[in-house]
Amino acid sequence: MSDQNSSSIKNFLNDAGNRALIFQALLLAVVVFVGYYLFSNLQANLADQGISTGFEFLNQPAGFPVLIHLIEYTEANTYGRAFVVALINTVVISLLGIALATFIGVVMGLARLSNNWLVARLATVYVETLRNIPLLLQMFFWYFAVLATLPIPKNSIIFGDFFLNKRGVYSPNPIAQDGFGIVIAGFILSIIASIALIVWAKKRQTRTGLWFPAYWASFGTIIVITFLALVVSGFPIEFDLPQKSRFNVTGGMVLPPEFVAVLVALSTYTGAFIAEIVRAGILSVNWGQTEAARSLGLKDSLTQRLIVLPQALRVIIPPLTSQFLNLAKNSSLGAAIAYPELVAVVMGTTLNQTGQAIENIGLCMLVYGTLSLSISMFMNWYNKKMSLIER
Amino acid sequence: MKSNVGKLLSTAAIAATISTGAAAATLDDVKSKGFIQCGVSQGVPGFSNADVNGNWSGIDVDACRATAAAIFGDAQAVKFTPLSAKERFTALQSGEIDMLSRNTTWTYTRDTSLGLDFTAVNFYDGQGFMARKDLGVESALDLDGATVCTEQGTTTELNMADFFRKHKMNYVPVIVQKADEALAAYASGRCDVFTTDKSGLAAHRSKLSDPNAHVILPETISKEPLGPVVRHGDNQWKDIVTWAMFVQVNAEEMGISSKNVAKIKSESNDPGIRRLLGAEGNMGESLGLGADWAYNIIAEVGNYGEVFERNVGPNTPVGLPRGINNLWTEGGVMYAPPVR
Repeated sequence: MSDQNSSSIKNFLNDAGNRALIFQALLLAVVVFVGYYLFSNLQANLADQGISTGFEFLNQPAGFPVLIHLIEYTEANTYGRAFVVALINTVVISLLGIALATFIGVVMGLARLSNNWLVARLATVYVETLRNIPLLLQMFFWYFAVLATLPIPKNSIIFGDFFLNKRGVYSPNPIAQDGFGIVIAGFILSIIASIALIVWAKKRQTRTGLWFPAYWASFGTIIVITFLALVVSGFPIEFDLPQKSRFNVTGGMVLPPEFVAVLVALSTYTGAFIAEIVRAGILSVNWGQTEAARSLGLKDSLTQRLIVLPQALRVIIPPLTSQFLNLAKNSSLGAAIAYPELVAVVMGTTLNQTGQAIENIGLCMLVYGTLSLSISMFMNWYNKKMSLIER
Repeated sequence: MKSNVGKLLSTAAIAATISTGAAAATLDDVKSKGFIQCGVSQGVPGFSNADVNGNWSGIDVDACRATAAAIFGDAQAVKFTPLSAKERFTALQSGEIDMLSRNTTWTYTRDTSLGLDFTAVNFYDGQGFMARKDLGVESALDLDGATVCTEQGTTTELNMADFFRKHKMNYVPVIVQKADEALAAYASGRCDVFTTDKSGLAAHRSKLSDPNAHVILPETISKEPLGPVVRHGDNQWKDIVTWAMFVQVNAEEMGISSKNVAKIKSESNDPGIRRLLGAEGNMGESLGLGADWAYNIIAEVGNYGEVFERNVGPNTPVGLPRGINNLWTEGGVMYAPPVR
């Protein structure tokens, strides 16, 4: 009986699949144990040293101001709210930076391929200069260059209700009055109409081959309908105008120099890398493709749009994703020039006031991880959509 | 496979011992290293500032030197780690430095929830504002609507917010990661006002291209007792740092300075002085130090008055009056418990 038993254990252990499972389980146990050990060790040490732990601090009043907040925020709000404010600032600068960097990158990439000697050389100089200087230096350059060139508030440059000085650009702030709902409804309606128009145009083209300028038409539709809604509701907008005060200009909307410097630095720096990626993508498409398109009688613009670009995009998108991720993470350098993004507010002020390094840095890591993964997921989806569909 | 697991375990064990190491006796660590690792600022003239040759000087630097003199009899047995305001506590908590002497304000939250202990106060300060003279501002209460530059990660940020809220004034905060860049932003005109502790204002003003174009406003909006900080839980080390400071204050009160300490030690009949300087008994023993610990502090670093005059006094570029930092017998608040 016992003989039979031991031989069945032997058989069980000799099975390759079973052995693999056992090793996996052992490894998992070790990883969990080490993780638990390190975590409990950390907890014990923090307790020994009398350092507070946990996330309760997020409900405590923050007590410090934040320069740029897109949602309502005062010193009386909590650390949690300050965290959200900083998170929004990081996301906003990242998305705007990505959009602007892509635009600059595409323009500069095409310019490098231009037949015009001067344009091509200027684009080369741009790319080689900006991608070879550390980003932090460029941020300081833009920040202090902007500050050094603009006038002090007393001598602001004034265009009508717009003011420009070292403290930023001040513009009238539109405030919605009663009846603004009609305008919003009109705007949404026009967008729905435009989508319908584009879908219709596409279907018609597949059916009959006739082409309709759907994008221009929908752009016009949105403008006309929204404007009509404004007229019907009697322009329900009032402007809060900026005015000169003792120290500065008050009221209105302000675009602070910190924001501008970070945005310009991020987008021009990343734009230089994107330009090279775009150039590589376009050069990767065989010249024969262009010749074939021409021999079919396609115009140059259509050749680019329908033949070259779709094929170039397959080469461009994967490295482009990396650049987008870099930009999002590089936005953390804004902390150095007073742009209140995540690193500045959470790892700077909050960490310092609460002393809870592990929680605050953990929060930041979580945010950057999530942000990067979201960008990555979106770009992977787009990549799949653009990839060659084999028939 | 198995050896990998073994490696993993031993790495974890090493990580564990390193992370518990921070709580061990700092004095033993320091003695075996042969020097004190001291966290200082990245350059505040008069407090902690490096010259072109990399030699550090200042009141905060002298706090570290006094501790080194007490332990090693050598005020030069210190290595410095320049830290920004936001890095400083983490550096101390993690054991990267042995003591933090970086114009750091003693507050309730810092003392109770950061795992740190404040030792003694080596400078009584208060927060103020500096503005351009041509703005014509005479009082901090005129600052409604002003743009204010300051360094991140300090009590300054919170005091400033409290001050403007209390007086129902508006302001625009520009909070920069490092003091030097905050000052550069102020100098370039980004801000109307620069705020930090008043001693810091004087020090920073001396760095501006035209110090006389800037005025320090009269209001003091906060209490800022500055002093060295150590990790919570190492009582012996805390005692050493604390009493290194107290000895300097007591020495000034007794009229003992670096110039006359040798003479007084050999000639004095006062039992209090003889105990302090180690001519009689061994007061250093209970700190784990030699009998001449206090003598070394005074001989190598000087008494508190000498330290003050040398670094921030009226004859230095910082040029601060002794004011509240005078001895209690002279109308200030510097008062140290007796050495006995």
